[in-house]
Amino acid sequence: MVDLSVTLSNVKLDNPIIPASGTFGYGMEFKDFYDINILGSFSMKGTTKEERFGNPTPRIAECTAGLINSVGLQNPGIDFVVEKQFPLMKKYFNKPIIANISGFSIDEYKYCAEKVDKEEQVGIIEINISCPNVHNGGMSFGTEAKSAMEVTKAVKSVTTKPVYMKLTPNVTNIVDIAKACEDGGADGISMINTLLGMRIDLKTRKPIIANKMGGFSGPAIFPVALRMVYQVYEAVKIPIIGMGGISTAKDVIEMMLAGATAVEVGSANLKNPYVCKEIIEALPSEMEKYKIDSLKEIIGKAH
Amino acid sequence: MYKKNKYTVRSNKQIANLVYEMVLEGDTSYITKPGQFINIEIDKFYLRRPISICTYDESTITIIYKVVGEGTEVLSNLKEGTILDILTGLGNGFDTRRSKERPLLIGGGVGTPPMYGLCKALIKEGKKPVVVLGFNSKSDVFYEKEFKDLGVEVYISTVDGSYGTKGFVTDIIRTLNGYDFYYTCGPMNMLKAVYELIETSGELSLEERMGCGIGACMGCTINTKNGPRRVCYNGPVFKKEELVW
Repeated sequence: MVDLSVTLSNVKLDNPIIPASGTFGYGMEFKDFYDINILGSFSMKGTTKEERFGNPTPRIAECTAGLINSVGLQNPGIDFVVEKQFPLMKKYFNKPIIANISGFSIDEYKYCAEKVDKEEQVGIIEINISCPNVHNGGMSFGTEAKSAMEVTKAVKSVTTKPVYMKLTPNVTNIVDIAKACEDGGADGISMINTLLGMRIDLKTRKPIIANKMGGFSGPAIFPVALRMVYQVYEAVKIPIIGMGGISTAKDVIEMMLAGATAVEVGSANLKNPYVCKEIIEALPSEMEKYKIDSLKEIIGKAH
Repeated sequence: MYKKNKYTVRSNKQIANLVYEMVLEGDTSYITKPGQFINIEIDKFYLRRPISICTYDESTITIIYKVVGEGTEVLSNLKEGTILDILTGLGNGFDTRRSKERPLLIGGGVGTPPMYGLCKALIKEGKKPVVVLGFNSKSDVFYEKEFKDLGVEVYISTVDGSYGTKGFVTDIIRTLNGYDFYYTCGPMNMLKAVYELIETSGELSLEERMGCGIGACMGCTINTKNGPRRVCYNGPVFKKEELVW
């Protein structure tokens, strides 16, 4: 029997597979198609203080081995999510979830963190300082070490739950940002968010995405994500949730060897809604193939 | 409820300018209503291609699609016997119970296919649908005979006047009366014109660029009177009263 379990801070997961924020809603759209309790956890749709419609459409552009999205944090607001969605969520998911929150000011991050801090079902708070699709916030907090640390400290001051900072790859040196988050008291790092990209329609000669640019994700970015996780693992002591193009059990093992304690699966859910289930089912035989008894033992073993 | 399954291409033939009809064989048990769509994985393309269902029976699904880009180009070249990975049972579909004796069905271009399955379902309920189809030109027209074979009134318009009434579907609708409800699918500007012209209640099937087709990515959100709605998950069919233009 192989051991798939891993531990993120004080949260024990049956396996390291976590659907990534923004590709799994609040779990509702997937719960009827497989028992989502087989997942390690899931990261809920990025939620802000106020309700947001998001960006104009088209919000999606296909790419080779991936896609660009410019959803722009569409969500019903943290109060609604905590009051209406969380009680529903309890009925179909009996494990700790990862609450992904975002903001446009330090106060908004704090407001959301305080809200989810009171929720028993929240195992980890994932702070999105890396959304490329919103102005005046989101990614701007994550592109400078100083502001990344400020957000970390502010959130840590209002919660006792583990805080994982979700980083953007759209920076000169992601290691500096990760270190600043660690110095600010972060319990872990989630990485990477999407890469800023664009596509142009040859017929109209205009950008496909209404907002012109958006976040590029999918298998095409896996080597970039892997490299960044590898670099950050060498620089910080806190655990890393690795993500960026993970689509197979092999990718999971590779990302863990680079230094991830767990992984998030994003775009692959959009192509194949059953992909997380398939990865979890494929992991044991894939582990046997590479003589891995316990996934915990391979974390960072590429170093 | 959706389901992912393998389907075999049984036929794939051109029926109008750039328009193809494909018959797929496989499990159809997750399809519950006319107006739903399927999401087809195409080799070498990352995202699936959402295509509305024209009609279906116990073991086959018929789709009609237009070649508009590289993905549908590949689809149009698929040979009989090809196996495809498809999600079925997507979208809410039309509610046939909302219409009475004489519903009006309006299809524009490749918005026509779901009207065919809907027409069959309405006839089964003992209703007498009136069908109005709009195309750009004679070479774009398809399924006129198929609709007529169902024994319903069919009116056709073409923008250039090369077939049927010259003009738009609205030019025909203005001459019709006695209908009690309408169902429509087609380009957004046609839907808007229909929405503004017809006073009775109706249901409109919208189109938006989708990511996943299952309600997960929020890529195809529109604003409605009831707040943001996902075209793939809350739609593609919306009540007239919900829409904001």
